Amino acid sequence: MSLPDDRRYSREHEWIRPEGGEAVIGLTQFAVTELGDIVYVELPAPGSAMTQFQSFGVVESVKAVSDLFAPASGTVIAVNEALRGQPELLNADPHGDGWVARIALTNPDELDALLDAAGYGSLIGAE
Amino acid sequence: MTYTPHTDADRAAMLAAIGVASVDELFEDIPASVRASRFAVPPSLTEQEVRAELTRLAGRNRPAEVSFLGAGAYRRLIPAVVDEVIGRAEFATAYTPYQPEVSQGTLQAIYEFQTLICELTGMEVASASHYDGATATAEAALMACRLTGRDTVAVSRGVDPQVRRVLATYGSGPGIEIVEVAADLAEGGSGQTDVAAAAAAMGPDVACLVVQQPSFLGVLEPMAELAEAAHANGGMFVTQVDPVSLAVLEAPGRYGADIVTAEGQQLGIPLSFGGPYLGLMAARMDAVRQLPGRLVGATRDGAGRRGYVLTLQAREQHIRREKAASNICTNQALCALAATAYLAAVGPEGLEEVAERSATQARHLVASLEAAGLASRRFGAAYLNEVALHVPSAALRHAALVEQGVVAGFVLEGEYPELGDTLLLAATELTTDDDVARLVEALGAAT
Amino acid sequence: MSAVESRPAADASGRGAAFHSPTSGERLRVVEPTLFERSRPGRRAIRFPAPSAAARASAAAQPDIPAAARRTTAPRLPEIHELELVRHFNRLSRLNHAIDIDFYPLGSCTMKYNPKLNEWAARLPGLAGSHPLDPAALSQGSLELQWLLAELLREIGGFAAVSLQPAAGAHGELTGMLMARAYHRSRGEGDQRRTVLVPDSAHGTNPATASMVGFTTRTVPSNARGGIDLEALRGALGPDTAALMLTNPSTLGIFEDQIDDVLAAVHQAGAIAYMDGANLNAILGRFRAGEAGFDVMHFNLHKTFSTPHGGGGPGAGPVGVSERLVPFLPAPRPLLVEGDPATVLANAWAGRSTPGARFELEAPGSRPTAIGRVRTFTGNFGMHVRAYAYIRANGGEGLREVTDDAVVAANYVRVGLADAYDLPFDRICKHEVVFSARRQKREHGVTALDIAKAILDEGIHPPTIYFPLIVEEALMVEPTETETRETLDRFIGVMRDIAHRATTDPEAIRSAPHTTPVGRLDEATAARQPDLRWSFPEAVRTDSERDA
Repeated sequence: MSLPDDRRYSREHEWIRPEGGEAVIGLTQFAVTELGDIVYVELPAPGSAMTQFQSFGVVESVKAVSDLFAPASGTVIAVNEALRGQPELLNADPHGDGWVARIALTNPDELDALLDAAGYGSLIGAE
Repeated sequence: MTYTPHTDADRAAMLAAIGVASVDELFEDIPASVRASRFAVPPSLTEQEVRAELTRLAGRNRPAEVSFLGAGAYRRLIPAVVDEVIGRAEFATAYTPYQPEVSQGTLQAIYEFQTLICELTGMEVASASHYDGATATAEAALMACRLTGRDTVAVSRGVDPQVRRVLATYGSGPGIEIVEVAADLAEGGSGQTDVAAAAAAMGPDVACLVVQQPSFLGVLEPMAELAEAAHANGGMFVTQVDPVSLAVLEAPGRYGADIVTAEGQQLGIPLSFGGPYLGLMAARMDAVRQLPGRLVGATRDGAGRRGYVLTLQAREQHIRREKAASNICTNQALCALAATAYLAAVGPEGLEEVAERSATQARHLVASLEAAGLASRRFGAAYLNEVALHVPSAALRHAALVEQGVVAGFVLEGEYPELGDTLLLAATELTTDDDVARLVEALGAAT
Repeated sequence: MSAVESRPAADASGRGAAFHSPTSGERLRVVEPTLFERSRPGRRAIRFPAPSAAARASAAAQPDIPAAARRTTAPRLPEIHELELVRHFNRLSRLNHAIDIDFYPLGSCTMKYNPKLNEWAARLPGLAGSHPLDPAALSQGSLELQWLLAELLREIGGFAAVSLQPAAGAHGELTGMLMARAYHRSRGEGDQRRTVLVPDSAHGTNPATASMVGFTTRTVPSNARGGIDLEALRGALGPDTAALMLTNPSTLGIFEDQIDDVLAAVHQAGAIAYMDGANLNAILGRFRAGEAGFDVMHFNLHKTFSTPHGGGGPGAGPVGVSERLVPFLPAPRPLLVEGDPATVLANAWAGRSTPGARFELEAPGSRPTAIGRVRTFTGNFGMHVRAYAYIRANGGEGLREVTDDAVVAANYVRVGLADAYDLPFDRICKHEVVFSARRQKREHGVTALDIAKAILDEGIHPPTIYFPLIVEEALMVEPTETETRETLDRFIGVMRDIAHRATTDPEAIRSAPHTTPVGRLDEATAARQPDLRWSFPEAVRTDSERDA
């Protein structure tokens, strides 16, 4: 699978794409493939804070449930409202239309702790 | 003993295939230090002997000739067709429908059950069952705490004392505080939950108000006012109702209930000394992800056929483990099937006949006792088919009547010290005019 | 194409008579219409007598149900004739697999034969008609039966006392954990001991129960032999540990052979040892948890003691406890208040009542240390009757034989399939054996789910799949003691054949089942757009209404 170069990846299979002091976050293709058909996403409330590597939401598939772990600390600016009615967007386009949230970054340096596309690619290749 | 089918030759052949010389070798992993030192279970019995033993025990029960006992469990007519349905081995000897392709019978029946409970309660979603009404109410209170993020529950004193005890037990787990809301139990009082006290109790830290309709004491509660009190500070309204009463009493969904629970025993399930019964729970769709218990949903297969599956399973313990909405796994599926068959058998008119006849017989009972000067209604509020009556020397006369095979309801003083000399009497569709006459006569003689 | 599409009368299996839906305008095919589709206004199955004129006249003097409390819209219950009702449920029943139809080796559920004699017993009018609040003088039989059953379970489990109150296994777990917490509180350690240790092979109910009681769960890994990792357990135990919840034999079907060390470590840490008794069928007469040192265990009457599973209950989950937890048992307990216990037992075992013996329920509030009630009344009595009948019918020797034959059957299946599927823990098992389909998945793209669906086509219920979680592509088989060798051989043959076909025609397995009333169902749509109740069609307005 192709991994976009414009973002960083966490070992918990989230991606983060910085845009100035903000960033868009989501689940990787690998994560949604492992989960299977996603049926529900528990999204964070706009305005709420998230801490890097801590849980900020939940994603449910037919027979599994998984925490969403923040790839970086920040405050939620917006969430992908479309996921409420169409959680299948996460399966269809996890790196694009299936984005999860937009956050204001607390500390952009945190992204240094994350993997680039090549590093993440070898991580999931090993799993 | 003929429970297992294996002959000695079968066992020998299987042990040989396994490659062990004796059965004991298969248990060598149990360390000698912890092996059972005794197993003093009495010897096996033949079917004839088991029948004799169970007949002996059944005979040690002395069924009342006439009974007005309810207080949470009611003697009602169970149509013959109900036992026929639940006796079908295809339902009784199946398990939880994990493989939907070979479980459509159970799954569709539960889907129908969920629909029936939604219809009765006026709610949007019903779970596939709980252990009994009390545990359903306790789970509903915990659900309200999760939904509101609050940890105090207000409960009316008009709620069945056993239900309040179960709620206290369940609430003690996560540390839920329970506050009691007074009912007007004074002489000449209504018997209803005190609306002003409910409003005062429902502070901003209180998750829900729990009320029973009709109350344990038989009175009809002012549900609309209580709903308003429950909601004033963002709390939820949890109501435990009598499912038969819903043929004539307003659907809880119409007076603002957020979570509705009920004891479903009256829907085709025998008294059976207290169980198995059936916990009902219904709520609104926006709360479905916090609803405990199994849910069945309709869907289709690849060929476009309608079929049913267990759904929204990510709420449940086998997937979410320590974060599950509840630990409930095995529930009361066959009892839910009994309720489904019962409601289909009686239909809308039949259920109304049951409720109306029960209410009429209760009124006939009260009028007859009052006319004989033996009892008077303890509370002013209206009742349905169960009623608290003031009877002088209630406990003594109740005991005296038991000796004659008459159970004059439930003596309230044990649970409500302020209700001395008060009996709670229930009538159902099975209550005959002769039963009433017998009670009047026996109570009159037991002075 | 007309709006109504008809299908052949039955599918290849002979089950599932097929019907067309008279109301479907789209190409939805319906195996059996719902009760609501069968409903026709004015039909009914049963009538009730109207009150007498005398009763009505007398009742008229009493206040009526106030109009404000009355229902404003009638519930749309179905209106059905009894024959249609009987046919509906009989047809539905034919869409189910069940123990009474064929083999049901659902791991961890003990789907053994449910003797008909038990059903007869539970329906005896003297027992089924017993009101739970009847005065004790009228309920001596029910109370004696519960007291006797508790005594039998006490002996079977090696405990000091048993409560019959819990309604299911998970309910028994809740009861046990509440008692563990009450015990620690009684010793002033309630605030300190908040962690429950649970092996990674545990049922989901264990951690879910711990959470319900306000405990935090900590997972303990398994070792390479399928037992608990003792060093990891010792490392996890501490002054904050409230309890260890251990399923034994484990969900891998393996007896914990380090049990002495496990119990010693737990008790040394001051924690409670809880045994999940789901797998008790594997050790009857061989291992008594209480005697070995467990403080509390739940029994699943619907597994070990043959009460029917009912499509998901009712079950019953009595708990046995050691001496130190007796004060905390749920209230009320049925007690023998007059009479010598040994005499009453001896007489009951001989089929006799004991003159002068009297049973009563514990009075409310008489044991303040009790954790309280976990449900109304005294438990799922109908299940107690069945379990009592089962234990008496089998007797001690019969129960030992049950266990021996259950373990022989599981090991027979294990060796019969050892070369066809991977065995992650290839050692003598107890009542169940866990295979892995990882080889089939890796080499042929055939998963445990696919294999389960292919088993359906053979008229056999599949094993439990994807559990325990620590086994990849798990297939968990529990054959039970009541299946003949011929049935076990047939199952082994079916499983071997599927393993073989996975290599020659994997697509046929991936597309299974082919003979069931419905095929694989769209569970994703079911969860994304939940349809949890029948949608009544909007009332069709007549022309005159429309004109008006």
